[in-house]
Amino acid sequence: MPSLGADMQRGVLGHWLVKPGDRVSRGDIIAVIGTDKADIEAEVFEDGVVERLLAKPGDELPVGAVLATIRGDAGPPAPNEPSAPAPPPAPASVRASPLARRLAAEWHVDLASIAGTGPGGVIERHDVEAAAKHVPPPEPARPGASEPSVALSGMRRAIAVAMARSNWEIPHYYLETSIDMRTALAWLEQANAVRPLKDRLLPAAILLKAVVRALAIVPELNGHWVDGQPRSSAAIHLGVAVALRQGGLIIPCIRDAGPRSVDDMMQGLRGCVERARSGRLRTSDLSDATITVTNLGDLGVEVVHGVIYPPQVALVGFGRIRERPWAEDGMLGVRPVLEATLAGDHRASDGRDGARFLDALDKLLQKPDTL
Amino acid sequence: MTKSEIEAAVFAALRQIAPEVDPTAIDRELPLRDAAEIDSFDFLNLLIGIQERLGVEIPEADYRRISTLDSLIAYNSVFAANTAPFPPLAYPPAES
Repeated sequence: MPSLGADMQRGVLGHWLVKPGDRVSRGDIIAVIGTDKADIEAEVFEDGVVERLLAKPGDELPVGAVLATIRGDAGPPAPNEPSAPAPPPAPASVRASPLARRLAAEWHVDLASIAGTGPGGVIERHDVEAAAKHVPPPEPARPGASEPSVALSGMRRAIAVAMARSNWEIPHYYLETSIDMRTALAWLEQANAVRPLKDRLLPAAILLKAVVRALAIVPELNGHWVDGQPRSSAAIHLGVAVALRQGGLIIPCIRDAGPRSVDDMMQGLRGCVERARSGRLRTSDLSDATITVTNLGDLGVEVVHGVIYPPQVALVGFGRIRERPWAEDGMLGVRPVLEATLAGDHRASDGRDGARFLDALDKLLQKPDTL
Repeated sequence: MTKSEIEAAVFAALRQIAPEVDPTAIDRELPLRDAAEIDSFDFLNLLIGIQERLGVEIPEADYRRISTLDSLIAYNSVFAANTAPFPPLAYPPAES
């Protein structure tokens, strides 16, 4: 069972997409895993032949439990016993993915009334979506009636656990700076003027690229706090907070963001956002982010004071780019200005490191053609 | 192409990115991104969806002219027959 974040303790096998004897290659999707937040497509990380499927659809297993064995093309066969004892399957008279259960609860859909179309009759997201179209909206509460208690959804619970842990464990410090975006936006406008729609860049792409370049200057902010020590990461896996239309958020990551060009960053962002919003995230999308970037500017927010996602040691926040009076060289003008913030883990870095990061970010955005 | 066909194509593109939004129910004079709660990524995908349906490739310089649902439909009504990648900017008139 892959770990898809520090807050994930267990997962449910939704269904298999392979059977014993199938040949698989690195990157193939072999199963769908249900987590509190979403259904995730599990990839395989080596070439080989599926030997045994040890878990059954509906089994709830701890992170680290072996789901299947794959005989690699080279080397001895993989172990064929679970590394952790698998608990008995979660009692469930209706077989449904966790995401389907959550949506059914939110949309007042009775799972028992749905015929699942997943393997083995497992009810999946699209089954609930189809059924929800026939469910009348709940009656509005009567005036004066007490508010009904609402059970926390799986996603809300997962966010609550991670954020509570963050505020409990991590001594945050916050820094903020205003960045003149005139040059960067002019560069973007010029770049987009000659591009077809599908290849256009969003400001987020150059912001992410600038973050990556600034992290190369201040690597203390890129990594994890593990076993009482900071561990900087050579690779930059950029977690990008994505708000979901049905509520909540999920943080897929753009892996190996260091060498990516701005265009490549835009493609990575597009892939993450589209897979997150369509419920088709992969295990590699959710593993090992080394820093998170959250951009709430689209929602009109001016300044973001974020909460670090443990075990990461920093979070970068971007607000809305808006026109503001801007004094420079004794002259007052109007500029598009972005408020950039850094939340740092004071165990792993100091305010000086954070200040160097924001200063580098500003300088990089003044020369977008060099990103 | 009739205005109702243009409208249907715009609605279909909007439903694709925001399935829970009823395009017939949103305030057509409010900024579309607020009315349909779509972000910049969704907005770009909306324009891509419209291009796939109507063949209109809206230049970034014209984004300010398509900020509401009504203005988006009006813009596409003018350019739906023109499949050139960058239509002239004579209409709709720029906001004063």
